[in-house]
Amino acid sequence: MTLLQFIFGYFAVMITVLSLLMITRRNPVHGVLWMLALFVHIAGLYILLNAEFLAAIQIIVYAGAILVLFLFVIMLLNLKKEESVKKFQKHWPVGVGTGIIFVVFAVSIVRKIEVFPQLGKYTIEAIKAEGNIMTIGKVLYTKYLLPFEIVSLILLVAIIGAVVLAKKRI
Amino acid sequence: MFLFIIKIVTVVLVFLTHVAVGVYAERKLMGHMQARLGPMRVGWHGVLQVIADGIKLFFKEDIIPANSDKPIFYMAPILGVLAAVGSIAVIPLWDNFSIANLNVGILYILALSSVGAYSIILAGWSSNSKYSFLGALRSSAQVISYEISMGLSLVGVMMLAGSANLSDIVRAQSGLWFVVPQIIAFFVFVVSAIAETNRTPFDLPEAESELVAGYFTEYSGMRWGLFMMAEYVGMIIMSSMAAVCFLGGWSGPEFWFFSYVPDVIWFILKVYAFMFFYIWLRATLPRYRYDQLMGLGWKLFIPLALANIVLTGLVKLL
Repeated sequence: MTLLQFIFGYFAVMITVLSLLMITRRNPVHGVLWMLALFVHIAGLYILLNAEFLAAIQIIVYAGAILVLFLFVIMLLNLKKEESVKKFQKHWPVGVGTGIIFVVFAVSIVRKIEVFPQLGKYTIEAIKAEGNIMTIGKVLYTKYLLPFEIVSLILLVAIIGAVVLAKKRI
Repeated sequence: MFLFIIKIVTVVLVFLTHVAVGVYAERKLMGHMQARLGPMRVGWHGVLQVIADGIKLFFKEDIIPANSDKPIFYMAPILGVLAAVGSIAVIPLWDNFSIANLNVGILYILALSSVGAYSIILAGWSSNSKYSFLGALRSSAQVISYEISMGLSLVGVMMLAGSANLSDIVRAQSGLWFVVPQIIAFFVFVVSAIAETNRTPFDLPEAESELVAGYFTEYSGMRWGLFMMAEYVGMIIMSSMAAVCFLGGWSGPEFWFFSYVPDVIWFILKVYAFMFFYIWLRATLPRYRYDQLMGLGWKLFIPLALANIVLTGLVKLL
């Protein structure tokens, strides 16, 4: 086992353990904290893949913005009562159904993955020569311009929705 | 490997020594600005005051509130120091000298500063006290808002330099320091940096007249000391970022005997100037009101930084 494999193994095991810890905590704030550790480990996995830009964005966007908002909402809602509710509520059949569908999809996708596929245009050397940020920027603004714009439109809709909900008179 | 560890330890120790220097300088300078003397008793003109304070903090009783969330209460100040000290890694002190020469240096610093926000939120929440909690909520909103404007102000710098690597940014400024073409971004960055490190006039999370001490009201002894350490390291990091991104980092005048001065001296001088500015502001300005602070961030600085990005892009295209 090489060092890289060992590091990957560490991240893989930790990501699994941390996600389990995250969903089994009674206290939602503790759950969010385990999620923070989980995100840091996912960022570590990105660094292992030479995708340092994605790793930085993972921390800035997920840990720095989205998770802080989670914490904010949980703290403001004051979920003291929810903590004492038993773990399985009456919605559990829906959860099991969704879980089964998800597993089916995941298995069918995993079976399609080639372990050592033909090398594409973006090899590690090509990306290193051009720089991480530039490669992503070029692909994002040429090949994937339409999906990118659609995503930004969805975000815009969310922003307008928040304003409409929060403001009394528009 | 061994040399690398020595390098890391040395750089971190130098930065941490500057925390002590910063605390002393702040008390002394503020004293003189307000026509007082500042610390005078311990050592010559109070130079040993910081050491005395450190020893005192170290041996003070570590009081932990009975209803606090203990693991998080223990962890919060450590997380803060970790995030602040971790940022030291990418600061280039002189040409080809930084612990890690990352290609995403700016983003790394932004990422760690967003992790640092957790220490404040968690400290406030786990203390189980109203003052701490209010301070934490204020702070989290403030830090997130100003992080956006700070990140956006640095985008202009990245566009001009064509890189997010801090060393490359300094080299791109060999002709002209970015403070000239990026004067708007510089203004936004400096104000956001003050808000980001929770310093006066934006120190609402610890506004003592309304919140006792804000998020670290319940902390005592060395845990409180760790929060102070994180704050001062954060100040030094922000000063270094301002020096690196806008004031040409380690570069200095290259004529007469100035060309013999080591590069690191220029860098240190720029960082000191910023630290002085921080202290000067604290001694001069009163505190903002909270809604004014948020309004300023969202309605003035974020649009200004966005306008700066558009302007930089236009100029670069033409």
